[in-house]
Amino acid sequence: MVKDLEDVVIRTVSRILVPFIQIYGLYVFVHGHGSPGGGFQGGCIMAASFILLVVAFNLRESKRRLKERTNAIFCALGVFIYAGTGYLSFLYSGNFLDYGQLSNLFPTDPIKARYYGMAMIELGVQITVMAVMVSIFLDLITAGKHEETLEEDGK
Amino acid sequence: MTDLILSNYNYWVYVVLIMIGFYGMMAKNNLMKKLIGMNIFQWSIILFYISIGAKKGGTIPVVDPSLHPAIRALDYVNPLPHVLMLTAIVVGVATTGIALTLLILIYRKYGTLEEDEILEALKK
Amino acid sequence: MNKIAALIVTLIAGGVLFYSTAFFPKWGDPKQPASIHVSPRYIEMTLAETQVPNAVTSVLADYRGYDTMFETSVIFTAGIAVMMLIRRSR
Repeated sequence: MVKDLEDVVIRTVSRILVPFIQIYGLYVFVHGHGSPGGGFQGGCIMAASFILLVVAFNLRESKRRLKERTNAIFCALGVFIYAGTGYLSFLYSGNFLDYGQLSNLFPTDPIKARYYGMAMIELGVQITVMAVMVSIFLDLITAGKHEETLEEDGK
Repeated sequence: MTDLILSNYNYWVYVVLIMIGFYGMMAKNNLMKKLIGMNIFQWSIILFYISIGAKKGGTIPVVDPSLHPAIRALDYVNPLPHVLMLTAIVVGVATTGIALTLLILIYRKYGTLEEDEILEALKK
Repeated sequence: MNKIAALIVTLIAGGVLFYSTAFFPKWGDPKQPASIHVSPRYIEMTLAETQVPNAVTSVLADYRGYDTMFETSVIFTAGIAVMMLIRRSR
C-alpha cells in the first residue's frame, strides 16, 4: 500500500510540473541574448520534461504527447533551419552565415539584423538538441524494442 | 614554493582526475567501467579549459549595456574557453550515447560485458 | 593488462603532468597568453558590432558560427547512428 501511495504522489507532482519545465526551457532559450542561456541549454531542459514523463509513468504517456514521427522530423528540422539561415545570405550576395545581409529581408539596420540572425539559428539548435536527446534516451532505455515495451505497458 | 602551490593548485586537481580516468580505462575489466573512466577523463579536460579563462576580480562575460563605449576587457572573464567547451560537452554526449549503444549490441551477441570472456569467445 | 603495470604507467604519466604544471600561468592572471590575443576584441566589440550583451552567445553564434553549425550536425549524426544501430523490427 505504501508503494501505491508513492506512485500517486510522484504521478501527480510530475503531471503538474511538466508544463512549467517546458516554459522554463523556452524562457532560458529566449533570454539567451541578455543573460546566460541559449540554444543548447534550453533544448536540454525541454528534453528533460519528456524524460520525466517516461520515468514517472510508462513509455506510452511520453509517446502519446510526442510521437516518434514528429521527433524524427524535429531532428532534421533544426539543422535545416540553421543551414537555411546561412544560405539566405547567399541570395543577397554575401558570405555564408553573414547575418548582416539579412537587413535586406527584415526592415532593420545591418547591426540589428545580426541580432535577429542569431535568434534564428539558436532556434534551430534548440529544436535539434531537444529531439536528439529524447530520441537517444528512448532508444537506450528500451534497447531498441519500442513495440514490445509498449505492449508490456498496456498489461 | 608555497606561492607556487597556492597559485597552481587547481591544475593539480585536474591532473589527479586525469590519472583516475586513465587508470580506470586501462585496468578495469568490465567494459562499462572503462566507459566511465573515459567520461571522467573527458570532464577533467573540460574543467581544465574553463579554469584557464578565469580572471581575478572579473565577473561573468555579459557586458552591461548602460556603459556602452567604455567597456574594458579586464573586468570580464574570458568567454572563449566557455564557448569551445560547450561544443566539447555536446560532442562528449554524442560519443557516450554511441558507446552505450555499442555496449548493448555486444551484450546481445556475447551475453557478457567482461573483457576477458569476450576475448576468449573471439578466439574460437 | 594486469593492474600493477597499469598503476605504474599511470603514476609515471601523472608525475610528468605534475612536473609540467609548474610552468603554467597563475590561476586568474589577466596577462596570461589565453586572454590577450583575440578575446579582448570579442568582449569590447560585442555590443558595437552585434547588439547582443552576452559575449558567450555572440561568440558562439556569430563570430564562431561555423563551429556551432558542425557541432549541431555532429549531434544529429549521433542521433541517427543510435537509431540505425539499435532498432530491430519484429
